[in-house]
Amino acid sequence: MSQEKTIRTTTDVDSLRSEIRDKSVRVIDVRREDDYKQSHIPTAVNLPLANLLSDDSPERVLKLVNSMGISDDTSVVVYDDTFGALASRVAWTLEYLGHSDVSLLETTFSKWKSLGLENDNKTPEVQTTNHSIHLKPEILATSNYLETSKDKPSVILIDNRERLNFLEQHIPGAISLPYRTLATSDKILRPKEDMKRLLDNRGITGNAEIITYCGSVGTLSGLAYYALKSVGLPNVKLYVRSFKEWKNLQKPTEKQQDANYWDLSAE
Amino acid sequence: MTVSDLKQAYPDSPKPKINWARIDEAEDFANTVKLFRQGKYDEDSFRRYRLQHGAYGTRMTSDYAMVRIKLPAGEIYPNQLEKISQLSEQFSIGNAHFTTRENIQLHWVILEDVSEIFRGLAEVGLTSREACGNSVRNVMCSPLAGVCPNEEFDSTPYALATARFFLRNPLSQNLPRKFKFTFTCCEKHGMVRMVDVGLIPQTRDLNGITQRGFKIFLGGGLGNKSFVGHQLEEFTPEEDLLHTSIAVIRIFDRLGDRKNMARNRMRYLVHEMGWEKFRNLVLKERAIVRATQSVITRLDVDHTPTVIKRLIKISDESGSQNPDGYNRWIKTNTLKQKQSDYNSVFITLEAGDITSSQISALAAIIGEFSSEGLARSGFAQNIALRYVHDDDMTRLYSRLLEVGLAKSGALTMAAPIGCSGTTSCNLALTNSHRLAKEIQRKFLELKLDQDDDLCDSSIKISGCPNACGQHGIATIGFFGGGARIGKEMYPNYQMSIGGRSDEETMLGATCHRIPAKRVIPVILKIIELFKQNKKPDDTLKEWIHRIVNGKEDSAIKSVLDMRKILDPLTIPPTIEEDPDFYNDYGSDSSYHTKTGKGECAA
Ligand code: SF4
Repeated sequence: MSQEKTIRTTTDVDSLRSEIRDKSVRVIDVRREDDYKQSHIPTAVNLPLANLLSDDSPERVLKLVNSMGISDDTSVVVYDDTFGALASRVAWTLEYLGHSDVSLLETTFSKWKSLGLENDNKTPEVQTTNHSIHLKPEILATSNYLETSKDKPSVILIDNRERLNFLEQHIPGAISLPYRTLATSDKILRPKEDMKRLLDNRGITGNAEIITYCGSVGTLSGLAYYALKSVGLPNVKLYVRSFKEWKNLQKPTEKQQDANYWDLSAE
Repeated sequence: MTVSDLKQAYPDSPKPKINWARIDEAEDFANTVKLFRQGKYDEDSFRRYRLQHGAYGTRMTSDYAMVRIKLPAGEIYPNQLEKISQLSEQFSIGNAHFTTRENIQLHWVILEDVSEIFRGLAEVGLTSREACGNSVRNVMCSPLAGVCPNEEFDSTPYALATARFFLRNPLSQNLPRKFKFTFTCCEKHGMVRMVDVGLIPQTRDLNGITQRGFKIFLGGGLGNKSFVGHQLEEFTPEEDLLHTSIAVIRIFDRLGDRKNMARNRMRYLVHEMGWEKFRNLVLKERAIVRATQSVITRLDVDHTPTVIKRLIKISDESGSQNPDGYNRWIKTNTLKQKQSDYNSVFITLEAGDITSSQISALAAIIGEFSSEGLARSGFAQNIALRYVHDDDMTRLYSRLLEVGLAKSGALTMAAPIGCSGTTSCNLALTNSHRLAKEIQRKFLELKLDQDDDLCDSSIKISGCPNACGQHGIATIGFFGGGARIGKEMYPNYQMSIGGRSDEETMLGATCHRIPAKRVIPVILKIIELFKQNKKPDDTLKEWIHRIVNGKEDSAIKSVLDMRKILDPLTIPPTIEEDPDFYNDYGSDSSYHTKTGKGECAA
C-alpha cells in the first residue's frame, strides 16, 4: 500500500475525494490567491506558483512546506488550472527538497468544477510542521551539468515547448516533445499504456538519462518530468531554469534550416 | 470512476457515415518506422510505404513528415475537426492546411509520431491512406453538390462510393503515377477538365423515364505540362460509372509510362496515343469489364437522403443593425441554395491555413449552424458550411467574426490560391504560400473583393512549375523560379493570363516574368488597364479572355501588348536601391534557390 502510494504520479478524482474525507492528504492549490479565495477544493492550502518562484532556495521552500503543515510522511496532492504544468513545478520542488509522497491531481480545477464536485472558499487551519531536508540533486539539471552531459549518447534531452518554438531555436541535440502531446482532452497526462507507446516510438525508453526543459521556469518541462515518471522511467532530470537561462548565458543554440513555415503560421 | 469521457462531444450532431480508417495501419506504420531507423528497411521501399500511407517528406529534412488527411467528397464532421485540432496541437505546429484537393495537411510532424496521428484519425473514421504515392488520390466532389441551383442531381453519393471502391483496392496500389477523380455539380463550377477523370452529373429522358448519368472527361491535368481533358461520350449512364473507371485505370496501369517520371501521368499517355485511339481502348476495355466483372462488383451508392435539421430556432430579432462588414460578407462569401431559405457559406482562409483553436471553434459552429451537421472542403483551399438558414446568418457571421473566420472575399478574386511553396515543399523555388496571403491582404484592404467586375476572376500561385497551385487555370496565374542579375538572385514568377476551368476550360497564356516583389503592383496595374479599357458590362475575366484569343479591340489587343505595358514594372532595381527586392516574402535574408528530391514521383 505505502509503496504504491509513493510511486503514483497522479491521483484520480475519487481517491482524492476519499482522502480528503479521511483527512489523510494535504492538497495544494497553486493558482493565484484571488482565484483560490473564490473557490477551491475543500481543505486545500494556497501556494501560488509566483510566490514559490520568487525564491525557491531549499531554505525558503522548507519554510513554505512547514507553513502548509506538511511533515515528512504527509501525502501531498497538487493541482492547478493550467493543464498540470504549474502544479508539476511545485510538486517537483517538494520532491527536490526530499518529500517523495507528492502527486498531481489527474485533472484541472475547471474540470473538477465542471463535474459538479465539491469546492468551497474556506481557508483551512494549519498546524506548522517541522519537515526535514534531504535534497535530491539527481532530479535537477543545471546549465553546467547539461552542457557537460548533453552530448553523451546515453543522455536524451527533451524540449517541451511548442513545435514552432523548437523549430526556431533549441538547445543543440534536443528532441521535440511538445507538452500538449502529453495530455488527453480531460486529463493532464495520457493513460500509462498510451504514454508508453508514444515515448517508445520516440525512443525514449529504458535506462537512458533524460533531461527535460521548456521556455523559462520549468513548468511545461515539469509536466513532462511527471509524464516520464508515470511510465516508470527511472532517471529523469528537470533543467529547471530552462531555455531562458540557456540563452541568457549565451550558450549555443540550433534552428531548423532552409524552410520558413513557422514565420508564416506564427502570425 | 475517474474523469474520463464523461462529457460526450457534440452528442447531437451527426456522426460520419463511413469509416475510412483501419486502426492496424497505425501500428504497422510505427513498426515500419522503427525497422527503417534500424536500417532494416531500405530507403526506397520505405518511401513508397510512407507515401502510400499519406505521409510526405518535409523540406530538407528526414526527421519530419507532412500528414495529408483525405476528406473524400470534401465531407468533414464536427468530431473529426475537433480531433484534427487536437492532433495539430499535439504533433504539428498548432495549425492545419486545407488544400485544393479536399485534403487537410498537418506539417512538421516528427516521423515517429505519424502513427499516433493515424491512431487519432482512426478514432474518428479518417485516413490518410493513399493520399500520396502512385494511387487513387482523394476523390473530390464540388462543395456545392446537392445544393447547387444548376445541378441535375447530387453527385456526392457517387463520389463517396468511388472513393470507397478504390481505397485499399489492389487495382490501385501501384499505378504508374498518381490518379485523380473529381466530381462536380455543374459546368459553371467546373474543375472537371483538369484532372484524370472528371465527372459532371447529367440526366436524359429514356422512354419517359429520367435516367441518371455523367459527362466524363479523361486525361486532363495541370503540371509542368498541362492538358485539357476530353469528353468520353455524350452520356455515360450511372450503371457504367464503375466499369468506365475500372477500364481507365486498367489501361493506365498497363500502358502508362513507368520509367520517365516527368511524363507518367495519364494525360501524357492520352496525348502520345492520341485521343481517338485512347478513347477506343477505353470503350473496348469497358466492354470487357462489363462482361467479366461479377455482379457483386458494383458501386455502393448510398442514396439515403441527408437529414436536414435546424438545431436552433432563435432568430435574431433584436432589431439591431447588421454588424459591420456583414453585407460585404454576404455578398462575397455566401450563395443561395436551390433549397429555399438555405444558404451555403464559404469561409475564407489565408492560403488554406487555419489555427487549431479556429478548427475547434469551427467544429462547434458547424454543429450549431449547418442543418446537415457537417462541412465540406472546397476547391479553393476553403471550407463551406451548407444548409445555413436565412434567419441564422447574422448570428453565424458574428460567431465567425469572434474567431477570426469572417474574412470577406471567399468567392472572389480576393482569395488567391497558393501552394505550400518554400514553407515546406522540397521542390519549391519561391514562397508562393506567403505571396498568396500578401495579395489577399492587399485586395481586402483595397476592398477589391466587392468589385463586381473582378468577382469571377482568380489568382493562383505555384512555387515551382509543378502547378500544385493550379496557376494554369487562373485568370492571372504565377509559378515561381529564381532570377539572377549579376551575382545577385531574386525570387521571380512566370505570369500567365486567361486560364479558366469552366466549360470553356483553357490554359493561361504565358505573359511575362514578374519579380516576386512586383507581383502585387503588376496585378493592380492589370486591373487599372482593364478599368480604362473595359466595355460597360465586362468582367476582368471576359476582357482577358478576349485578349488572349485575339478578339479585343481596345488599346491592349494581345498578350504582347500587355507584356509591353508591364515591362517597366519588371526591371530590377540595384541591391543598394532596394535590398528588399532581393528577398522573398517571409524571409529577411538574401534569396537563393535550394531544392531537395521531389516525392510526388516516388
Ligand atoms: S507547385 Fe511546386 S512548390 Fe508548389 S507544392 Fe507543388 S511541387 Fe511544391
